[in-house]
Amino acid sequence: MGIVLLAVIGLILLWMVMAYNRLISLKNQVANGWKQIDVQLKRRHDLIPNLVNAVKGAMDFEKSTLEAVISARNKAVSASGGGVAQVAKAEGELTQALGRLFALSENYPTLKATANIQQLQEELTGTENKVGFARQLYNDVATSYNTAQQQFPTNLMAGLAKASPAELWQIEDTGDRAVPNVDLKMG
Amino acid sequence: MPEFGNLFEQQESNRRRSVWLIVGFVLFFAWVGFGGDIAWYLMTSRPGTPGPAAGAGPSPHTIPLLGIFATLVAGGICWYSWRSGADRVLWATGAKEVFEPTNEQEQRLINVVEEMAIAAGLPRPRIFVIPDPDPNAFATGITPDKACIAVTDGLLRTLNRDELQAVVAHEMAHVQNFDTRLMTLLAAMIGAIALMSDGMGRIVRYGNVTGRGGGEGRGKNGNPLAIVVLILWLLTLLIAPVVSRLLAMAVSRKREYLADATGATLTRNPLALASALEKLDQAAEPTRSITQGAAHLCIVDPSPSQLSDHEGLFGDIFASHPPIRLRIARLRGMGYQFAKQAGALPAQG
Repeated sequence: MGIVLLAVIGLILLWMVMAYNRLISLKNQVANGWKQIDVQLKRRHDLIPNLVNAVKGAMDFEKSTLEAVISARNKAVSASGGGVAQVAKAEGELTQALGRLFALSENYPTLKATANIQQLQEELTGTENKVGFARQLYNDVATSYNTAQQQFPTNLMAGLAKASPAELWQIEDTGDRAVPNVDLKMG
Repeated sequence: MPEFGNLFEQQESNRRRSVWLIVGFVLFFAWVGFGGDIAWYLMTSRPGTPGPAAGAGPSPHTIPLLGIFATLVAGGICWYSWRSGADRVLWATGAKEVFEPTNEQEQRLINVVEEMAIAAGLPRPRIFVIPDPDPNAFATGITPDKACIAVTDGLLRTLNRDELQAVVAHEMAHVQNFDTRLMTLLAAMIGAIALMSDGMGRIVRYGNVTGRGGGEGRGKNGNPLAIVVLILWLLTLLIAPVVSRLLAMAVSRKREYLADATGATLTRNPLALASALEKLDQAAEPTRSITQGAAHLCIVDPSPSQLSDHEGLFGDIFASHPPIRLRIARLRGMGYQFAKQAGALPAQG
């Protein structure tokens, strides 16, 4: 009888260890996913001043739009240390400012032919894609982490593992859902 | 949403299978080797001498040299496959690594691979291009951080960006699942078996082992070494293709379906992969650069045949991939599910 009790206790302990380790592993995956986003966002922030300088000469009259982009970019840089919601908001505003810039650039056909601009466009598109995939990965692992914390019986270990729900990168309002048309092609 | 539960199970299963593959491989060679030892022993024991059958008999051959040798050779092959299996497969196909992009297509390939690496949460793999007009792609690597992805330049020309992304995502899924570990080991082992069978043949044919000059030596004992080697060679020749097939069966074709599904989840675009597979299906030319052992690693069968159109055990024995039509149908089904969830379908009734 004593042996059976010992075996049961042993199994319970084993399960506790496995559940704890799983939560820790997921927590680390979430942190890693966030770092990935950080890397891509930084690239995006670094590309934007180059872009603005490249178009400044041709789009002299659109000073206010260009300045809006730069200020949105600076706000995003300063928000980059903060929480998920802060970063999401700042990046969303930057995306909108960029969208307005590209919409206006349609009026400047000389811009489209410049090789420099085309290269920047490709790099910016690549960066936007990578930000998108980094966000997707982060949201996926964060959801797994949250689910593990809520599901029985793993939720019993959540307190011990100091697991707190991870915030997902949501799209805030419908305005942000309008993806900017990053398209400087000729036709 | 990736089914991390499924993914985890697949990874564990692949890790276990890799271990069993290595164990089985070494045991098989040990069996052949020790069998040869027994044959040698029996042939060199002088008849008529009283002695226990299993004892230090009159045969001079008491140490199972062949068995030890065979086990060491098999162990060496496994170790070598682990360390440089991936490189050998790539070398055999003539793949060239891409460091700096030389044209727009290569730049696009690099961007797509980096995007998919981010989506999968893996480090960026090494990128290779194979000079072959037939579109195909494969991934190798024992661990995800040593992974390599290779595409033919036919693939770069045939597919658009979304389809290329889907194919690369499929290959990243194989890397993530540790499929590439199992399949790289398998490819290297099949190659080694083929080499050995070849090598044995050469020894028998061109060496003096058959003792053509030693006709006088054919007494009661004959030339035991010669006979043993001959037997071993015949065994290898007969069994090698069977063993290769058995090994190949260990790698079930179901992994392709899971890789399709995981890849589609990485891109959130199953229809792109379906369309890519359609194009690959239509380009019916075999991919000549990719040899027999590496077929499992590719996205579509490099040497397609009618036999691959079967499901089940028969198909598992003869084909490395499931039928393309079925893969496309499943992906279309996934696409429908995605569209339904996103509310992109017109309201019912």
